[in-house]
Formats: sequence, C-alpha cells, structure tokens
Amino acid sequence: MLRFSGKNLSFYLLLTPLLLTLVLLVILPQLDMLIVSLRERISYGEYTFSLLHYQEFVNEPFYWNTFLRTAVMSIMATLITLLLAFPIAWYIAKIAQGRNKSLIFLACLIPFWVSELVRTYGWMILLRESGVISVFLQWSGLASGPVEMLYNDITVMTGLVYASMLFMVVPLVSTLEGMDDSLVEAAYDLGASTFTVIRTVILPYAMPGVISGCIVVFMLTLGNYLTPTLLGGKDSLWFTEQIFTQFITRFNWEQGAAFGVLLLSLSSLIVWLGLKLSGQSFKKAVAS
Amino acid sequence: MSVTPDLECRGISKFYGDFQAVNDISFSVPPGSFFSILGPSGCGKTSLLRMLAGFSEPDTGEILIKGNPVAGIPPNKRPVNMVFQHLALFPMMNVGDNIAYGLKRRKVSPQEQRRRVADVLERIGLPGIEKKSVDQLSGGQKQRVAIARCLILEPALLLLDEPLGALDLKLREQMKIELKTLQQTFGTTFVYITHDQSEAMVMSDQVAVMNHGRFEQVGSPQTLYYKPETPFVAGFVGNNNRLRGQVIEAGNGSVKVSTESGQIFHTTSTTHLQQDTPVDLFLRPEAIRIDRESDSLWQNCIKGRIDNILFDGGNSQLLVRDTASPTQLTVALPQTDEYQNLRQGEIIKLGWNSKQSIAFRAG
Repeated sequence: MLRFSGKNLSFYLLLTPLLLTLVLLVILPQLDMLIVSLRERISYGEYTFSLLHYQEFVNEPFYWNTFLRTAVMSIMATLITLLLAFPIAWYIAKIAQGRNKSLIFLACLIPFWVSELVRTYGWMILLRESGVISVFLQWSGLASGPVEMLYNDITVMTGLVYASMLFMVVPLVSTLEGMDDSLVEAAYDLGASTFTVIRTVILPYAMPGVISGCIVVFMLTLGNYLTPTLLGGKDSLWFTEQIFTQFITRFNWEQGAAFGVLLLSLSSLIVWLGLKLSGQSFKKAVAS
Repeated sequence: MSVTPDLECRGISKFYGDFQAVNDISFSVPPGSFFSILGPSGCGKTSLLRMLAGFSEPDTGEILIKGNPVAGIPPNKRPVNMVFQHLALFPMMNVGDNIAYGLKRRKVSPQEQRRRVADVLERIGLPGIEKKSVDQLSGGQKQRVAIARCLILEPALLLLDEPLGALDLKLREQMKIELKTLQQTFGTTFVYITHDQSEAMVMSDQVAVMNHGRFEQVGSPQTLYYKPETPFVAGFVGNNNRLRGQVIEAGNGSVKVSTESGQIFHTTSTTHLQQDTPVDLFLRPEAIRIDRESDSLWQNCIKGRIDNILFDGGNSQLLVRDTASPTQLTVALPQTDEYQNLRQGEIIKLGWNSKQSIAFRAG
C-alpha cells in the first residue's frame, strides 16, 4: 500500500510526467513495433505470428550490409568526434578564461539554433557541384571543371561529426572542469611525460564524461536520417533509410517494424560492448 | 670544506608582467634540514616554490640542487617532489597505485614496487592499506599517503605547499609533530611554505620570513622570535605590541624612546638610531610581567586598568590601558594561581626589561 504524504507525494508528482512520456512515447511504441514485426499479413485484416520479416533481413545481403555499414560508420563517427572534441573541451575547461571561455562554448552551441535541415543544407551549398567551394576552386584555377563533393562517405562522415560535436563537448567539459589542475602537475612532478599524464591521469579521470558523450553521439548518429540522406544521396545506405522506405514507400509496416527492433537491439548491444570494453558502468556514465 | 647544500638559490627573481613576485632571493638549505618559508598570502612564496619544482623558470638567477644547476630541467626530470596544497592524490587509483605511480614511471619491476610501497607504508605508520581507495582515508592519512608518494622516490628535496591548510585545528597540531618526525626518520630535506607562523616555528630548523617578494630574515625560530631584524618580522612572528614613538636618547645598542602618548621607555635596537628618529617599539605580550601591589623595580613600568580579559585557556590575554594615556597593551595572562582572580577594571602594574623590547625606525 503506497502512502502519499509530504516528500513522498512530491516525488511521485514529479515522477508522473516522466513516467508518462517514457511509457507512452517509448515503451508503448516499441512494444507495438515488436508485435507488428512478429506478424505476417495473410489477407486483408488477417494476421498470423511469423518470423518472416527477420528471415528476410538475414537472407537479403543488402539489408544486413547496410545494417553493418551503419554500425561501423557510426562507431567511426563517434571516435572521430571524441578525438576532435577532447582538445576543444580541454581548452574550454582548462585554458580559456572568463569571456573567451563562454565565447568558445557559445560558438559550439550557435549552430544548434538553426534546424538540422538548414545546417545540412548549408553543407550542400558549400559542397555541391555548383557550390561555393567548387566555384572558388575553378575561379582560382585549382580545378578545371566543376567539382562534386557531395554524395560520398567522407562528406557523410564530416556532416555526422559536425552534427554531434556539441553532445561530446558538453559532458567532457563538465567532467574536466571538475578535475583539480594539481593532479596533472602532481603526475608530471612524479616523473610522467605529457603522454603518460594524459594516459594515466586525464583520460581515466575524464572516462565517465567520455563514455556518456560517446553513448549520446553514437545513438544520435546511428538514428540520424537527414544527414546521411542529404549528404550521401541515395547511395548513402543508412539503415534508417531502410526503415523509412519500408514504412513510407513500400507501406510494409511489418518489415519496417522488424528493422526498427533490430536497430534498437544493435545499438543496445554496441553500447553494452563499449561499456564492457572500457570497464565503465552505465550508472557512472549517466551520473557524470 | 663545507657540505654541498641540498638547495641553493642565487639571486633569483620572477616577474609577472610589471609585478615582481620574487625579488633577488638567495639562500641555501643544508642537507637533512627542515626549511620553512613563512609569509602572508601574496608574498611570492608559492611562485618561489613552483620555480624550485620546475613548473616555472626564474627570470634571473640560478637554482642549484645538490650543487647542480637545474635551469631548463622540467619537473618530471628534477630530483625534487612536491606535496600539493590539496594533496592531489589520484582519485581513480587506490593507495598502493598512488604511491607506486612514480616508481612505475621509472620502470621499477612490479615485485620491487610492491615491496617498496609496503615498506614506505610501514614507515609512515599505515601498513597494509594498499588496496584502500583514496576516499576511504581520513584527512591525516591522506596527508601521510601524499608524502609517502613523494618520499618513495627518494628525492633530494621535498617541497610542501601548505599541506596542512585544509585540516581542522586539532589534526593540524597533531600533523605538525608527525611531519617533523617523518622528516627526521627519512632524513630528507624539506622545504615547507606556509602563512601559519606556528607551523613554521614548531617544525623548522630554519625559517625564512618572506614579504613583498623578498626574504626579510632567515634564521632559526628562536632567532626570529628573540632577535627580529626588521619591523615586519617583529610583527609577523609571534604576537607583538607596537608603540609609535621618537628616540630621545641614543646609546650603544640601547635607546630611550618617548611614545606618542608621552611615556618614556628604555629599549634595545639592532641598528644605530639618531636622536629624534621616529620609531616603532615592539613588545611581546608574554614578556610583560604583571604585579599588583609590590614596588618591584623594572626598567620600564606602567600602571594600567584591565579593559578586558580575553580568556583562551593557556593563551589568555589581558587588554590593559595605561592610566595616564590612551595606550593599550596586550599582556599574556600567566596561568599560575596568583592571577586567576584578576577582574576587569582592576588597576595593575606592568613592567618589562629593556632587553625584551626592540625599536625599529618607523617605516
């Protein structure tokens, strides 16, 4: 029997909207997806239980190739984002002072004031055949004809890293700011080289931030639809496109739902593996 | 033939823009001694310590460690280790890994590391805590672990940057004694900076009093206390009453001073003072005798009314106002039984020997 009184009551009141959104917007649709994915349409309005759509995924190399490619590209994008974001976060947390600090932080934030669509369109204006860079190259004589820089993997990767930067910088800055500078000095004083200080003190200290940043960036990248589609064109082969195609173009909800469930399992599996490999716990990463 | 000092500084200075943090300092520290640098915050003592550790380089002058110049040698290559103000123990490592950190960097074998860590923990009186995490330790234990982490590397010099500042009073008193004992058992030369004169006095063989980037005086705690050379040292080391006045009769080492409120006192001075020189007269509260009735003869004597009794156990003090002038003196209250019934408002006689006060030219 629950007893609602004082502190207890306010806790449940605050928890209610959270629970509602979690149940209605996350758990319920996922359960529905799971149910839809496990049925086969026999005739109009008539369904039976079947694993057909999962078999389809296994038997069709195109599907699981796209699936693997999406996973590998997302992991790469996450790692590249981490490599680029770490020095930036270090600079913001430890080197920049006062006004400069907030300016740099703001510079990381400003791109997010425009919608993702507009930001991606910005890349297209720059990179397309008739775009700014192509025109400049021709004008300066570095290229003899129009240069197409869209629709390849490097461009997709650039776009993904760009879109994820802030989500890596923020958790890194917050963990690094909590680090006492004298830890670095102490390690240095005890005989460590710069590289050893980074490896043995700074990285282990920042690990919770690294992990939470990586989880967010990986999830966002894996589930990204706009950037791979617009910058990579129809050859981008991103798994979310397959889901979109099944749901909207083919109107094959059962297949789309199966893909959706597979994507969720994949991302959970990779995050779990990442945590195991880095020896961190999900709890610690979330707490940072 | 003298022994090579563990540390020698020759005319070192450090500028930050136009501000001169350290101003032409020279000193040397003999092996195995406990040397303190005592000064108020902002006096440049931290800048000096960071130059010794190698985190910054002096703009002029030379630092020699065991007779070798160390200019250009980074902190990780200097035979010097530092205990930081907040200790800087690595929170993601256990006690054993913290202490072995320096040995690991020197590529000492794991068995040897374990043996030496166990040995040093034994010596600091905390055997067998290798597996504990840093947050499980008490303040005093952390302190000792931080020192052990440095001493295991057998540095020529251990630098300590006010490591007792964060501890509460009781523990600080206890750690003062422990630090001194640790220094004696390891025989390592300690250079300790602090703004707390009691820490410096209790632990050190030699104390340098620093102010505005300069050393005012270097000497044993007794010398600083009994024979201060500058008004700053007289005011900073121990407690002192300061009276403004003027020389009315200059002699050889002893002068007669007339204070602003007209009292005449006999006192000593270390410098030669001309007649009519404005001076500050320093008189320690604990050098003043209290008498109630008797007509004992002292060189200096005043009659005063007890304004206030500041009771603080063994450190109790009286605030006494001269009956003839507004001068107020702080007087230590001895805890012997004849003074226990002193009351506020009572008239008492104060007296002191001229050798126990000292006059400096007013700055």
